[in-house]
Parts: sequence; C-alpha cells; structure tokens
Amino acid sequence: MIAALWVMVGISLLLGAVLGFSAIKFKVEGNPLVEKIDAVLPQTQCGQCGYPGCKPYAEAIAKGEANINKCPPGGEEGIRKLADLLGVEYVPFGEGAAPKAKAVAFIDEQTCIGCTLCLQACPVDAIVGAAKQMHTIIASECTGCELCIAPCPVDCISMQPIGEDITNWKWDYPTIPIVQVAAR
Amino acid sequence: MRPLFKFHGGVHPATHKAESTRTPIALAPIPTKLVIPLHQHVGNRAVPVVQVGERVLKGQIIGRPEGRLSSAVHASTSGTVSAIDMQLVAHHSGLPDLCVTLIPDGKDEWIAHSGVDYRQTEHTDLRHLLRQAGVVGLGGAVFPSDMKSYSHKHKIKTLVLNGAECEPYITCDDMLMRERAGDILRGAEVLRELLYAEEVLIGIEDNKPEAIAAMQKAVLDDKHAHMEVIAVPTLYPGGGAKQLIRVLTGIEVAAGVRSTEMGVQCFNVATAYCVWRAITFGEPLLSRIVTVTGNVEHAQNYEVLLGTPVDELVALAGSRADTNKHIMGGPMMGVDLPSGSVGVTKATNCIIEASPKLFPPPPPALPCIRCTRCADVCPAELQPQELFWFSKAKDFGKAQEYHLFDCIECGACAYVCPSQIPLVQYYRFAKSEIWQRERDAQAADLARERHEYRLMRIEREKQEKAERLAQKEKAALAAKAASPAPAVNPEPAHTSSAADPDDTLQMRIDAAVARAKAQAATAQPKNVNALTPQQQAEIAEIEARRAKIREMASHAGADDEPPKSNQG
Ligand code: SF4
Ligand code: SF4
Ligand code: SF4
Ligand code: SF4
Repeated sequence: MIAALWVMVGISLLLGAVLGFSAIKFKVEGNPLVEKIDAVLPQTQCGQCGYPGCKPYAEAIAKGEANINKCPPGGEEGIRKLADLLGVEYVPFGEGAAPKAKAVAFIDEQTCIGCTLCLQACPVDAIVGAAKQMHTIIASECTGCELCIAPCPVDCISMQPIGEDITNWKWDYPTIPIVQVAAR
Repeated sequence: MRPLFKFHGGVHPATHKAESTRTPIALAPIPTKLVIPLHQHVGNRAVPVVQVGERVLKGQIIGRPEGRLSSAVHASTSGTVSAIDMQLVAHHSGLPDLCVTLIPDGKDEWIAHSGVDYRQTEHTDLRHLLRQAGVVGLGGAVFPSDMKSYSHKHKIKTLVLNGAECEPYITCDDMLMRERAGDILRGAEVLRELLYAEEVLIGIEDNKPEAIAAMQKAVLDDKHAHMEVIAVPTLYPGGGAKQLIRVLTGIEVAAGVRSTEMGVQCFNVATAYCVWRAITFGEPLLSRIVTVTGNVEHAQNYEVLLGTPVDELVALAGSRADTNKHIMGGPMMGVDLPSGSVGVTKATNCIIEASPKLFPPPPPALPCIRCTRCADVCPAELQPQELFWFSKAKDFGKAQEYHLFDCIECGACAYVCPSQIPLVQYYRFAKSEIWQRERDAQAADLARERHEYRLMRIEREKQEKAERLAQKEKAALAAKAASPAPAVNPEPAHTSSAADPDDTLQMRIDAAVARAKAQAATAQPKNVNALTPQQQAEIAEIEARRAKIREMASHAGADDEPPKSNQG
C-alpha cells in the first residue's frame, strides 16, 4: 500500500519535472495566434485598418479589439481566411473599405526635389534616395500602400496599376454554363 | 521482344494523321517578315541584344539567355530588325509579349559558324553550346535542353527518345523520323554521352510503321550499340514523358520526383536532331518541322523558319475560306491562337485550321453525374471528378490534396466525360490561382521582413541618438569641471555662444532629458539584447556602412555648391 503510494508520488514528481522542464525549454515566444493572423494579412503595411501596420492589427484582432473586415488590401479572400482561422462568421467590408486593384508607386524623377519625406514614410524601405538627390522606387519591393503619396510636397508620386502580362496572367473561371436538362 | 508495360487509363481519339503524311517535308519559303518572340522557352525571357534598324545575319543571337534557366533566340534568316516591341504571341492568354520583328533581305546569309566533335569536348562546353544555340525541348514543353543534360556517371541508365507523338493530327516527328533518322540517332549519341546513359530506348507508337522502319534501319546502318527502337501501343497520351517511361521501362515516376532520380531521362526525337545540328555544325535552332493540317487543301509538313507568321504558313497549305481559328498543337492540348499574325515558335509542332464543321462548338456542359469515367482514363491516376468539384468550388487546398499538380492537362478526362464538362479549363484555372497565391505569399513575406527590419532600425537609431547626446553632455560637464571660469565656450554648436548661468541650467535640463531618453531607449528594445556574435557582427557591419554613408553625406553637405537639379 505504502509502496504503491510512493510509486505514484514518484511518477507524479517525475512527470511534473518533465512538464516543468518542457515549459521552460519549449517556451513559445510571442503569441502564436498573433503570428498566425499576421501570416494571413497581406503585409501591405498601409494602415488602412486603423493600426500602424499589419502586426498591430493582428494583435488587435487577437485581443478581440478589432473586427476582421478592416483590411482592404486583403480583399474578401482575406476576410474569409481570417474567419476560417478564428472560427467566426464572415463579415463583409464596411463603408468605404473596398479593396482596390494592385498598384505600385512611381516617382516622377524629373519633379522629385530630394526632400526624403517619402523615404521616411515607406514602411518597407522600398524607396532609395538621399537628401537633395533624386529618389526612386524599387517596384519589386513596393507593397502599394500609398503612404508615400501624401508626404510628397511636390506631388510627384503616383500609383501605377500592375498590368497583366504573360508571367502573371491567370486563367479565368470557366464560364460555360451548366444547364439543366428539362425534365420530361 | 522487350516486355512492355502499361500506364493507367488512356483514350483512343481519331488520329487524323494520314492526311499530312502523304508528301515529304517541304521547305517553307522565307516569309515577308518574321515575328520572333523572345520568350519561346521555359524560364527567363531572353534579353534583346540588337537594335531597331540593325542588319542581322542568319543564326545571329538576337536575344541572349538571362539567368540560369533560359535559352538564346536567333535571327532565323538575314535581314533588318524593324521593331522590338510587344506583339501577340502563341499563348493561352492572348496577351502580347516582347518580340523582335525582322524583315528578311532574301539573301539568307549565314553568320560564321562551326561545330565541334562532341567526343572531344567538355560536357560543360557542350551544355554551353546548347544554351547558346537555343536548343529546347521540341515536344512542346520547350524546356532548355542544357538544363536537362546535367548528369554524372551511374546516375542515368536509360535515355528515352520520345517519338510516340500521341496527339491526333500531329505528324511532324513522324516525318522527321522517316526522313532524318540518322541525324536523330547521332543526336541521341551526343545526349547519351552527356548523360552517361547506358542504353537508348526509342519509343514510337505503332501507328507509324514507316518511321519505325526508318529508325530501325538507321540503328543498324550506323551500328549504334545498346539502342533499340520500340513500337509502343497507340494510346493517348502515351507520348507524355511519364507515360512513355512507364511503358518502356516499367518505372513509375512518382509525383514530385524527377525521372532522372529514377535513372531515366527523356528527350523528344526532334530535340535530339537539333542537338546534333547545333553541336556538330554549330547551327542554332532556327527552324522546325510544323504540321499544317485540318481545314486545308493539302495538309503537309513544312520546315518553317521560327517567327514565320502563321497566316503565311497556312496559306502555303491552302487554308480554306471557312476557317474560323488556328489551333497551335493538337486538338486535345492545343492553344487557340489569338491571331494569324503570331510567329511560329519552338513549341509550334502543328497548326490545325479549325472550322465549325471540323470542330463543332461543344454542347453545353451538364452537371457531373459522378460516373467516374474520367477517373478510368486519367493517365495520372487522379480523381478528375473530385478535382473538378474542388476547382469549381475554389477549394484550392483540397484540390492540391487530390494532387492537382500531377495533372498533365492531357484532356483525356474531358474527352470521355458524358456531361461534356470542360474539365481541363477548371484545372488550369485552379492551378493559376494557386500560383498567384504563392506569389502573393512570397511578396507578403518579403514585405513583412523588410517592415520588421525597418522598425528595428528606427528603434536602434533612436537609441544611438540618445547615446550620442548623453556622451556630448558628459563631455561638456567634464569640460565645465576642468575650467569652471567660462571664458570661451568649447561646446557644440547647439548651445549659444555666451555661457551664462542660465545656459548651464538649460544644459543640465538637457542632460537630464537626454539621460531619461537614453534610459527609456535602452529599456525598450529587446531586439538588441542578447545577440549572438553573428548578429552582432552583422550589426557592426551595417553600422560601418552607415557611418561611411553618413560621412559621405556630411561631406556633401559641407560642399557649398548648390545641389544639382536633375537633368532635364
Ligand atoms: S489594412 Fe494595411 S496595415 Fe492593415 S492589415 Fe491590411 S495591409 Fe496591413
Ligand atoms: S514606395 Fe510608397 S506605396 Fe510603395 S511601399 Fe513604399 S510607401 Fe508604400
Ligand atoms: S466523366 Fe464527367 S460526369 Fe463522369 S464523373 Fe467525370 S466529370 Fe463527372
Ligand atoms: S487532364 Fe488531368 S485529370 Fe484529366 S485525364 Fe489528363 S491528367 Fe487526368
């Protein structure tokens, strides 16, 4: 009887130690839910959701402070993914938060005065330039967030829609109608 | 007799091959202009290296290969470059792509060229020659051949030459084998050498007895050892690489595995022919055999210069008036051409002139009755009805689980479907959606990384600034202590010149603020604590670079010259 008791106590201590050890050893850094939400967000870092970037929005969603329909660049597809991830209902976009076509920023290099204001605004460092030097945008790194447009004092930045070419062209959804044969 | 194996499924569409094999291959005349796309191969588009107005010679490179996976593009004849711009090309999208337009001068003047003896040439050099000669897979996949011929000893046992040509209407390989068997086999020897392969198996569907006989005769005539011509049963899509390998060797190439890992590599017969011409004579890929058939007066195979407008080509065969579209490739997997002005490319094995009579519009699709006939014929052993269902519902994750990417888009499923559902269109739609998503995800990852780096940088710059300030203050205090009588002020510029008690007070306040800032800054960022030496080294390196830039900037600032405005 006593022996059995000791055995049980021994086992529980051992397992407790293992659990305690693994809690330290395999500690999860950060909030995994935030990471998961952040992975779904498009990383445009535009702030249209009302938060200063995708990660803060992800944190707000994780805390339950923000709804899932606030990210226009993510599109409806993005809302669906968030709804799936969080196990909540799909919510359509609110007023004035419709998704736009993808675009990249373009600096009119003749007009640029080299003020560096856009450079400071770009969340992904997609603009190269230095004080009093002409600035330009690395198109492949621009997320199309439009944050550089407002600060420019000479309005030389415009958004250029990304055109369709052979490399990014997609097949259309087949539109051949499936007809019902009239029942006789 | 070698035992043959079977692949799953397959269908027997009407072959329509007899029409175009009655007459030998004819040489198509030099057309009035050539529209040569710079992206005729899998991989990166070739970069134009000629100027508008420049005279080029036959065989001269007009597009150089860019990056690892790419191939050169050449002028098919001598003439003048009249444009380098976006032109319609033979692509499902119907979108334009960069093309070089060439006006031939009719002289057909070759650039200086010479070949090598492949037995006395390094393999890397041979591969380089193939790349520079623009040799790509001519079976339709147009994969650069140099990239397919990497190997080492004992890796590849079997080289399979694909002469099956299973798709209806197409006879270009058939005619090539009948007429140029010797060169095909010599090319196979070059490939065998490159791959260190032991045996060469040539698979030809048994509906091409003349081609089989010609190839067998060539094997005997030239005494090729360990080379065998094998008649395989006619069954669509028996010319798929995986299917032919299965039939000839019994090897099942699993999904996501390259056949080279199983010891087999597969080349099209026409590719082998071009390999021979390119290596031995230094002739780049400038022309190919194209079957012109369908709604024409006399269907025939032509040797056509790459870039020849389809209009001019079909006129040779006498395209009938009621032709409503051109199909490039076969009826099962072909591309509807957006216009007759597109140029013949390396992938153009066949042009079918279509008429409503020949290809009546498909009846409207009916709902899937889950008869699984499609699954019975699918050579990739998929469940087409499930793939259809998931693609239609845009449930792409599920479609991938059902191995959507193993589908070779052969169209056998759609061919047998009693409900006439355009199944392949759904698969193509789903595939391109999934690719798009992958591109988006990659872009998002890049943006996330760059954004996080930026945040880290800003944080660190803040901290550095605070530290600098603190240090300055310390130095100032020390200076004060050393010379309490403030005669001259050696302090930095931001303090006013005359030092009075008020000023020192202000200075103290500043110092306090700076200290508080420094404290706040050191307390906040976690990302610069406990760094690995590697990270520290990285940071140090970045700092050094930044210091240099700062120095340059300060020099530039010190210059009293007004900033140069941008050139008009
Ligand atoms: S709205 Fe902009 S910042 Fe907010 S989550 Fe979407 S992409 Fe990110
Ligand atoms: S360049 Fe402009 S639009 Fe593009 S990511 Fe930077 S701030 Fe956004
Ligand atoms: S053959 Fe057509 S109807 Fe039959 S299961 Fe396949 S998709 Fe459905
Ligand atoms: S098109 Fe795809 S799914 Fe249909 S039979 Fe061919 S491989 Fe199978």
